[in-house]
Amino acid sequence: MSAGSVHEFQQSLARLDTASTVVSPDEFETELKDIIETPAVGAALPFDDLSLSELPVQLEPSPAQLREAVTGVTGARMSIASLGTVAVESRSQGDEFVALYPEFHVVVVRESDIRATLSDAFTWLRAEFEAGRQSLILATGPSSTGDMGALVQGVHGPEQVHIVIIRDNESQ
Amino acid sequence: MSESTRPKADRIRALLETESDEIKGNTRLFNAARYDAVEAVGEETHEQYRTRAREIKEESIEQLPDLTDRTRTAVEANGGTVYIADDAADANRYITTVIADAEADSVVKSKSMTTEEIDLNEAIEADGYDVWETDLGEFVIQVAEEAPSHIVGPSLHKSREEITALFEREFEPDEPLDSAQKLTAFAREFLGERIDEADVGITGANFVMAESGSIALVTNEGNARKCASIPDTHVAVAGIEKIIPSIAELEPFAELISRSATGQDIPQYLSLLTPPVETPTIDFDHEDEPSFGNSDAERDFHLVLIDNGRRSMRQDDDLRETLYCIRCGACANSCANFQSVGGHAFGGETYTGGIATGWEAGIEGLDVAEEFNDLCTGCSRCVNACPVKIDIPWINTVVRDRINRGKDPGFDDLLVDGLVPDEEESGTPLRKRFFGNFETVAKIGSTTAPLSNAVASSDVARKAMESTLGVDARRDLPAFKRTTLRKWARSRDSHVVDPVRRVALYPDVYTNHVQTERGKAAVRVLETLGCEVVVPDVGGSGRAPLSQGMIATAEDKARNVAKSLLPYLEDGYDVVVVEPSDIAMFRREYEKLLPTGAYERIDEGSYEILEFVYGLLENDGDIDALPTGDGAGIAYHSHCQQRTLGLESYTETVLERLGYDVLTSDVECCGMAGSFGYKSEYYDLSMDVGETLAEQFETAADERTIVASGTSCMEQLDSLLSPGTRHPIELLDPVR
Repeated sequence: MSAGSVHEFQQSLARLDTASTVVSPDEFETELKDIIETPAVGAALPFDDLSLSELPVQLEPSPAQLREAVTGVTGARMSIASLGTVAVESRSQGDEFVALYPEFHVVVVRESDIRATLSDAFTWLRAEFEAGRQSLILATGPSSTGDMGALVQGVHGPEQVHIVIIRDNESQ
Repeated sequence: MSESTRPKADRIRALLETESDEIKGNTRLFNAARYDAVEAVGEETHEQYRTRAREIKEESIEQLPDLTDRTRTAVEANGGTVYIADDAADANRYITTVIADAEADSVVKSKSMTTEEIDLNEAIEADGYDVWETDLGEFVIQVAEEAPSHIVGPSLHKSREEITALFEREFEPDEPLDSAQKLTAFAREFLGERIDEADVGITGANFVMAESGSIALVTNEGNARKCASIPDTHVAVAGIEKIIPSIAELEPFAELISRSATGQDIPQYLSLLTPPVETPTIDFDHEDEPSFGNSDAERDFHLVLIDNGRRSMRQDDDLRETLYCIRCGACANSCANFQSVGGHAFGGETYTGGIATGWEAGIEGLDVAEEFNDLCTGCSRCVNACPVKIDIPWINTVVRDRINRGKDPGFDDLLVDGLVPDEEESGTPLRKRFFGNFETVAKIGSTTAPLSNAVASSDVARKAMESTLGVDARRDLPAFKRTTLRKWARSRDSHVVDPVRRVALYPDVYTNHVQTERGKAAVRVLETLGCEVVVPDVGGSGRAPLSQGMIATAEDKARNVAKSLLPYLEDGYDVVVVEPSDIAMFRREYEKLLPTGAYERIDEGSYEILEFVYGLLENDGDIDALPTGDGAGIAYHSHCQQRTLGLESYTETVLERLGYDVLTSDVECCGMAGSFGYKSEYYDLSMDVGETLAEQFETAADERTIVASGTSCMEQLDSLLSPGTRHPIELLDPVR
């Protein structure tokens, strides 16, 4: 399995009209706070060393908070550099709702989790399925439709996506 | 026009006036995006995915009973339920029972052709439930009470203005919905509420993975994600053919499906779900309770796998590969006829485009397939577009053959049986036997020319031909030459000593009887480049009968061709073919019509004329012996079947090397397609398709020579622009 580069990932995201920011683990909270537009909801990040608890993000929100939120924050344990794709897992923390309802989806990914290509992503997927984690969405860019006579972004899912890439801690 | 064909002609004319512009715009956009996306990923890589996808589908359909059992075991182990429905009624009964058991008030759906196939919405509504389509295209169709016009874009025949008018009439919104943005925003809000309220969500499944009991869903809007996660009960409906072994086999399809459908490298959302999913249930009735309303409801999942004729298709050697279809719509987008009329003409009860013939024949029956099957002209442009390499023209031919055989023989047949040398059973429609036996017509035509031409083009004869055979009187008929190419070749001595190659030039029916000049040019060019040329006594390739669905006759012709040509091939001759539709027979269809050994020998040993000239020039052939182009302009239209074989570049390259300035058309087909454009009910469609080609050449026509490889294309271009279209070999002719 080959790792994908941050540079290529960002180029792919640019093609998808998707913003991206690269931050160090130390800057994570400050940067994310700037990116988020409130009210915001979130799903607890699937990373041990990163948390949304100090941010203005409502975890495990009520249905009303979910509907009112402008921003939804989730973490992705896998992303694909060549496509600009991120994984949204169907977890009990409610990632799927958080990623779908608000018009702005902010996704936190770690540099070391970026795969180069779809083929590399499938290597990861096979291992995940093997481990019993078998429900996720490969999401690429904002939701869109051409059914109303022109390409429109923001249909049943987010209109805008912002990917926050966490640099690998160099001491690791 | 005969009485039986008039309603069809009227229907096509109406669609050309109402839906054609939108369909053209959208399908061509998808089609161009597909070409670009394939080029970007690399032809070779794309081809590897296609090969692998084809293998997986072949193996999966082969192992279907086992895969079905494994799917059931896995889904049940996960806590879901599998129901295998024999037919539409069985499926609808089960699904409405699930809805009743869920004590549901309303149901939301994401896009699923399979649920269209079983008319699920009608069944749900008949039981008193509300059901809403949440894919915006399906939503438009539901509100308009119409049928989908395209497998991927069900509403792509509708313009933005029409949707605005429709929504403003149906929903009476406070603000005007006069842009795609406003329409989308309105639909998002309207359907968002319906989804939040719904108790049951129904999705399709693009793929079902047996090992883990998972489904894969391909969407761009996000509605399938909502339908699968927000209502507590999720019902996924899929044909039994959608099962593949596991996540490992999904990979090539993930690469192929969106690239083939819309030119995207990957869809916006590729959902891999193994229900019941971990996502918590959500309760909008307790909207201020944390944790998504603190619902204690359990998720309920039902996978409904539908047979509805598929198990019979699996046993059917010719229809089986229809089951490999992944519903991407590439066959529709790459089809010139489809681009002009869309799925409301080129489609059956549910499915649209070339592959629809297989689906509708297998699911609904031959009578439904018959309504649109003739719209496949066998141009074969869909063959390379199909991500799982289904031979869609062959399926159309087989179904046409079965339709022919199902006809009651009438008086006409008793008469025709004695006159035409075909192998068809009585019942095959008279006009099909006329077009299918064109070789006989041509033989008689040449023998009696020029009298035959004069008689055939007389008003009386044209009227009679239109009413009995449906040959449109607006078309010029081919003029038969008294001196056939073979007769001419026999009358002259070959001048080549110590030849570089020995060539058997195949005298196809058109080159032998009608377009003899291009045949003579071919002989002279080959001789100039040092070849010995013979024009052997060989009959028609079988292309004409095959295009009419007369497979037995085509087989007979193919065997005769093999009998005549194989001795030449054994003797070291190369077979060279002028007419592209005949080289396509030798290289493609003969695989189906001849024993393997004979097919392979002919396939390897035959060449399209300019392909062969290119080969001669590459092997020290003297290009200076041929007349040069001196920068003269050419507008070149390659032939559809020639392009499918990847042969058009030889012509372009040779002409360019000779110093011509070559402009090549990029339409899929000229619209004539053999006999198609001659048939009265298809005349308007044929001209509409041709119009796109004409538009590409119109401005160039004054300063460029119009050149085309196929007989049909030459005839079409002659009638669209002005007479005088040449075959490329004529430009190389030293005595031109």
